[in-house]
Amino acid sequence: MRYVSPNSPGSLVQYPDRYDHYINGEWVPPARGRYFENVSPVTGRPFIQIARGTHEDVERALDAAHAAKAGWGATPAAARAQILNRIADVMEQNLEQLAVSESWDNGKPIRETLAADLPLAIDHFRYFAGVIRANEGTAAELDANTVTYHIKEPLGVVGQIIPWNFPLLMAAWKLAPALAAGNCVVLKPAEQTPASIMLWVSLVGHLLPKGVLNIVNGFGIEAGKPLAQSPRISKVAFTGETSTGRLIMQYASENIIPVTLELGGKSPNIFFADVMAQDDAFRQKALEGFGMFMLNQGEVCTCPSRALIQRSIYKDFLDLAVERAKLTVPGDPLDTNTKLGAQASNDQLEKILSYIDIGQKEGATLRMGGERVRLGGELEDGYYCAPTVFEGHNKMRIFQEEIFGPVVSVTSFEDEADAISLANDTLYGLGAGLWTRSIHNAYRVGRAVQAGRVWTNCYHLYPAHAAFGGYKHSGIGRENHHMMLGHYQQTKNLLVSYDPNPMGFF
Amino acid sequence: MSTLPDQGFSQVSVTDAAAELIRRLVLDHGPVMFFQSGGCCDGSAPMCWPKGEFRLGERDVRLGVIEGAEYWIGGDQYERWAHTRLVLDVVPGRGAGFSLEAPEGVRFIIRSELCSLDELSQLNNRPLPRGGDPR
Repeated sequence: MRYVSPNSPGSLVQYPDRYDHYINGEWVPPARGRYFENVSPVTGRPFIQIARGTHEDVERALDAAHAAKAGWGATPAAARAQILNRIADVMEQNLEQLAVSESWDNGKPIRETLAADLPLAIDHFRYFAGVIRANEGTAAELDANTVTYHIKEPLGVVGQIIPWNFPLLMAAWKLAPALAAGNCVVLKPAEQTPASIMLWVSLVGHLLPKGVLNIVNGFGIEAGKPLAQSPRISKVAFTGETSTGRLIMQYASENIIPVTLELGGKSPNIFFADVMAQDDAFRQKALEGFGMFMLNQGEVCTCPSRALIQRSIYKDFLDLAVERAKLTVPGDPLDTNTKLGAQASNDQLEKILSYIDIGQKEGATLRMGGERVRLGGELEDGYYCAPTVFEGHNKMRIFQEEIFGPVVSVTSFEDEADAISLANDTLYGLGAGLWTRSIHNAYRVGRAVQAGRVWTNCYHLYPAHAAFGGYKHSGIGRENHHMMLGHYQQTKNLLVSYDPNPMGFF
Repeated sequence: MSTLPDQGFSQVSVTDAAAELIRRLVLDHGPVMFFQSGGCCDGSAPMCWPKGEFRLGERDVRLGVIEGAEYWIGGDQYERWAHTRLVLDVVPGRGAGFSLEAPEGVRFIIRSELCSLDELSQLNNRPLPRGGDPR
C-alpha cells in the first residue's frame, strides 16, 4: 500500500504552514521573524516553513529551561518515569502519523519508520522510564563512624544537537536519558529534518512541565553554535561529523563542561569462509548482512560500508551477494513495499556521486549501481541513488571515508590476522560486523576489532540496553544504555562523620 | 600574516561558483577558513568557518589557500588523501554542521582528482605546512 503524501487530502499528516520554536511549552516565533523552507527529499520540493532561530531564541529557551530546572530536578523519579511512559504511549497511538512524517521529512522508506525508527524510539522512552526507577547512588562505611554517600544529581540544563539521519530516534536517544535523569533540555533539530520532531512535540509537549523541553530550530551556525557555546549549559551532546565535533569540544573547553560525541565511522563487515560451508539459512543471513549497507540509504553512522570477504570464498560469496543486492532498487518512500528510499538532501546525493566518481578514478571496479536514479512523476526531482558496490583495496579513499550513501567497498583478506588488520586500518571505530560459524573466531575477532560495537552474526540492530558509541575518531561516550544516565548526572559525595568526639588535630 | 612555507603546488583548487560564494561570505562574515571534515552526517565535506574560529591542531595539514582562505585537513586524514587533489565546488543544499554557507541554501562540496606522477613528486618534495608551525 502507499500512504498518502502529507498535506494532501486524506493524509495522516497535515502540517501547519510553518513551525515556530517550542519554548516554555509554547510555540514561539523567531526573534528576527525569519523562516526557511524545509524540503522533502521524496519530491525535492518544499513543504513547510521552519523558524530560523538565532542566539536570541537560544537565550529565551535557556531562560525557560533554567526556570524549570529546580522543579524538574526535584520531581520524584517515579513521576518523571511516568511522564516518559506517557510520551511513549502517545507516540504509539500516533505511530503511523509520525512514521509518515519521518519518511516525508528524511526520505527513508515507510517500511523502516513503521518497523524500526518509531518502535525503537518509543521503546527508548520506556527503557529510560524503567532504569531511572532502579538508578541509585552508593553508600560505604569507611570505618565504624564514617560513611560516604554518593548521590546522583541532574546536571541542570543541557544542550543537544540532533542529526538528520534518524531525526526522531536520535532525538529519543538523547532526550530520554537526559529527561529521566532530571535535566531540562534545549534541543536543536537538524535543519534538513526538523518537521517530524516538531510534529512529535505538538503531540507530547503538553505531557512535560513547561520549560523542561525546549526546541530551537535553525541553522548550525546561527542556532547550533550559540547553544553549544553557551555558558548556561552544563553539557552538550552532539551527533555529526568530526570537525564540528572538535569545534564543539573547543567550545565546551571554554566553559569546562562535558560532551558526548557520536561522529561516524567506516565500519567493516567481515565475512569468514565458513559462512559458505553450508547452503542453509545462515548463509542467507550472511548474504542479507552484506546488503545492510543499503539500510536507511546508507545514511547511518554505522553503515557497513567496507565488506571484507575471506579470499577462499571471495568470488562465490560476492557473486551471490551482488545478485541479492540487485533485487533492491530505490522507490517511493511512502510505499510499504519500498526498501530503499531517497537520500536526505541534494547536497548529500551530490556528495555520494562525487565519491562514486573518485572511486572509479582510483581504479575501483564498479560491480553495480553508481548513478542517480530518476523515478519520474512526482518523484522525478527526489534524491534517489542506485545501490552501489565497488571492489578495490583498503587504501582507496572510498574505503577510508564515510560516504553516507548506499555504497559498499569490497575487498578480500587472507586470514584472521589480515582481517583484523584491515578492519582496524581506519580512523574510525564505531561499528563492525562479523559473520562466522565458529564461536572461537567470533570472540577473538570481536575483541580485536577496535570498534564500540561488533555485531556478531547480525547487523544494524539497535535495541535499548546495548551500549552504543565509538572508539578512536568516532566519538566519546555511550548511548542506548542505562550507563548513559551517568553522562547526564553529577555525583554528590557526602562524607559524614557519626563520631561525636574531636579528631584530636588542633 | 601566515609564515607557513610556500607550497608551490596547491592541492586544492576552487570552481568559479565556489570562489564567488567565498567572496560573498567574506563580505558578510569577514575572513574565512576551511577544514575538510571526516565522518558522519555532514562529514566528508568542507566546513567553512570565520577565520580563527577553529583552533588548529599541531598535526593538521594545510592543503592550500583559495580566495585568500586557508584550507586545512586533519593530519591522520591527510595521510589517506595525500594522493588526491580537491576541487571545491558548491551545490544547492541545506545545512551542514556550523558551516557558514548553509543559510544561503547552498553547500560546499569537494570533487576529487588523482594527482599526476609529477604532482605527487612535487608533493613529496615539499615541506608539509602544519597547524603547529610558527605563525
